Amino acid sequence: MHIFKHTNFDFLRWRWHAIALSWVIIIAGLIVIATKGIPKAVEFAGGTVVIEQFDQAVTVQQVREALDRNYPGGGQNTIVQAFGDPSAHMVMIRVPQVGSEADASLSQEAAKVEAALNKASLGTHHRESAEIVGATVGRELTSKGIWATVLSLVGILLYLAFRFQLSFGVGAVVATIHDLLITLAFLAFFRYDMSLNVIAAILTMTGFSTNDTIVIFDRIRENLRAMRRDSMYNVINVSVNQTLGRTVITSGTALLTALALFFFGGEVLHGFAFTMVVGIITGTYSSVFIAAAIVSLWRSDAPTRAAAHAHVMATAAPAPQQPQRKQKPQRKARAS
Amino acid sequence: MSNLRWKVVTVIGVFVVFFAVGIYPLIAQRYGIQQPSWLIDKALKLGLDLKGGVHLVMRVQTEDALRLVTEQETERLREELKTKNVPFTRLEAPDPTHIRVEGVAPAQDATFRQIANEVSTNFERGSGANGTYTFTMRPNIQVNLRDEAVVQARQTIERRVNELGVTEPSIAQQGTNGDQILVQLPGVTDVERAKEIIRSTGLLELKIVEQGPAPTREALLVNNQVPDGMEVVPGASGSGTPADAGTVFYLVKKVAAVSGTDLRNARASVDENNQPAVSFTLSNEGGRKFGKVTGENVGRQLAIILDGRVQSAPRIESRIQNEGRITGSFTPDEVQNLSLILRSGALPATMTYLQERTIGPTLGADSIRSGVLASVVGLLLVVSFMLVYYRLSGVNAVIALVFNLVILLGLMAYVGAVMTLPGIAGFVLTMGIGVDSNVLIFERIKEELEAERGVRASINAGFGRVFWTLVDTHIAALISAAFLFQFGTGPIRGFAVTLSIGLLSNLFTSIFVSKTLFEMALANRKQVAALSI
Repeated sequence: MHIFKHTNFDFLRWRWHAIALSWVIIIAGLIVIATKGIPKAVEFAGGTVVIEQFDQAVTVQQVREALDRNYPGGGQNTIVQAFGDPSAHMVMIRVPQVGSEADASLSQEAAKVEAALNKASLGTHHRESAEIVGATVGRELTSKGIWATVLSLVGILLYLAFRFQLSFGVGAVVATIHDLLITLAFLAFFRYDMSLNVIAAILTMTGFSTNDTIVIFDRIRENLRAMRRDSMYNVINVSVNQTLGRTVITSGTALLTALALFFFGGEVLHGFAFTMVVGIITGTYSSVFIAAAIVSLWRSDAPTRAAAHAHVMATAAPAPQQPQRKQKPQRKARAS
Repeated sequence: MSNLRWKVVTVIGVFVVFFAVGIYPLIAQRYGIQQPSWLIDKALKLGLDLKGGVHLVMRVQTEDALRLVTEQETERLREELKTKNVPFTRLEAPDPTHIRVEGVAPAQDATFRQIANEVSTNFERGSGANGTYTFTMRPNIQVNLRDEAVVQARQTIERRVNELGVTEPSIAQQGTNGDQILVQLPGVTDVERAKEIIRSTGLLELKIVEQGPAPTREALLVNNQVPDGMEVVPGASGSGTPADAGTVFYLVKKVAAVSGTDLRNARASVDENNQPAVSFTLSNEGGRKFGKVTGENVGRQLAIILDGRVQSAPRIESRIQNEGRITGSFTPDEVQNLSLILRSGALPATMTYLQERTIGPTLGADSIRSGVLASVVGLLLVVSFMLVYYRLSGVNAVIALVFNLVILLGLMAYVGAVMTLPGIAGFVLTMGIGVDSNVLIFERIKEELEAERGVRASINAGFGRVFWTLVDTHIAALISAAFLFQFGTGPIRGFAVTLSIGLLSNLFTSIFVSKTLFEMALANRKQVAALSI
């Protein structure tokens, strides 16, 4: 079975449109972030989250009213949500305050929330789960998260520059940064909390989104040797077309599992799965339109022959295949 | 041919080993099948977020350790100056790293400098203008003291957690300054008790009472100052709970007769009125010291001070060698906790909580359920797609995928990695990303077949040509997983580990296992006309 058999799309013709579209999404995302901010999960923002399990059903409205009336400072800035399976009667309450770090009272806000619920006589309840984070942890985590992302991008750039050429490494990393910004934009549009899990998904995505790019680059490198007379533009277009099937299928299977996580993985993994879904889609898009486009823009004036010193593949490939290999890509190349 | 036989044997061997380590214990546990204990020990461990439990991050106030040393040095300097008759107007430790001396007579300057050099090598002496000297703790000494305090705190907490009887606790240092301690206690439900026991300084000091009890602090002062070498310590008066009892004050010797480090053991007991108390036994060295001090002070009061508060101040009836009892207004639970804390030793500094997370067992079970559901759905989707799209070769990919997952779980169990909820997410993603390697190889084989080369040659070419592409994609993903591991704690680390192991085992299954399966299928046929791909 083939979904794409001998396609011949001129992907590079659309490179400026693609770049424009990406900028529109990224700028819209930045505007949303600048005006409304990125909602931060409690591990970054600091604060108190308790998940209370009630013996009988309570509505979110009842809990909110109880807090408005009985919680010191009212229910301002508190978030109340039903949590998990409705039959479990679980309610998540988040307040921005925490007790003092200086003594043993870090968890006192959680106790105050519970006291407020007790006063409202909503029936017996117990603390199923709690997350209480002081300001220090949030600060350290934020800087660690940014560093981990930056360093992993640098690591990938260095590896690709070592394995390919600088232009390829830069193309792959720009594509990855693009994926990162698009994903952040979508997280901002859909108001997902920036949590540890989401950061984990973003880092995973940076590793994964280079996969498709590497596959395309490998093919460009291979074709550069065989299509010496063709322009870089043609070589890239042919390579993207030749690998289109596998690009779509590999992303498709990854997307299937990310969707399984999104729909069945439970409340805690929701942000993670959403980030992965967006990341996988934008990663595929950027491999085809952004990474390849950057290499084409960077190398448009360079003669393709000069690029033929891509030596690693030559030594790695099984020797007997070499003579036949040279003809195949040419057969598929467009006449120019 | 024998080459192929060895490959098959290797593949089956690897499968059996990892199945036995990773999957069999899970199945056996589920259906209550007996299994040898060495296998149970190796069973895949669940993280806190799946099992329920407590996750605490604390900061060691390392300033305390510095302050302690600075104060000790200050007192030594004071003694020494007194014995050598060097007058000064003021001697104090304004902060944890500085000692300040004022008003040293110019005539005595040389003597002072000599004494100061002898007393302390840990401090840098500033130039003394107008007889005022400032001593600053040397930076390397500060670093050493801070490091020591954190290590000691970690060790003390480890002992306490072990006494609590938590299975598989995890205690680690972390934080940008390395002064944070992460404590994970799976399965613990009584959070408050665990927190109290871990955090209590547990500093026991027995000091001779000079004066008191007095109703106010001021009543104990001489010329509005605490006399040299003495200190005022608050305590509860009489019986009753600390809340309603009035606070009284004792003037005690600053130097402790014995302290918590001299303890050999502590246990819960009752006093002569059948009230809960803690009995302790001193070490040989501590016993000697205690015997000497009590022998010299018969008839005076001995203050039993715990974390800077007098618990009781009994009169010394006779010389006591190596046993003692702490009485006060304790509940039976409190004496249990207190004896545990005393047994495990005092913390070298106070602790503050930065983060606490508790996960109830219900929530953990929910997470496991949805994680398993997502895994099953993900697996079914991927398997169906591969079978429909690649037909018989899809079977090959599915077998490789199953191998991949078995090795992943087996390896995680073998190295003692912990399965967390994000780890399950990593497991699910491994399915989707794992078959990608097969897809790349199969697509390449298709291309080779189209170029009208033989089936065998196409398969060889497919695996050969894609090999380095796979290495590149896997290394790029491993680079980000490594930084993820570095960044995260607990659940996120679990995810990074799962992802990395999944990537490595995928390299093995998609290249070696899958190729061997193709070779097996083609082995008995002389001429192969077509490949179901």
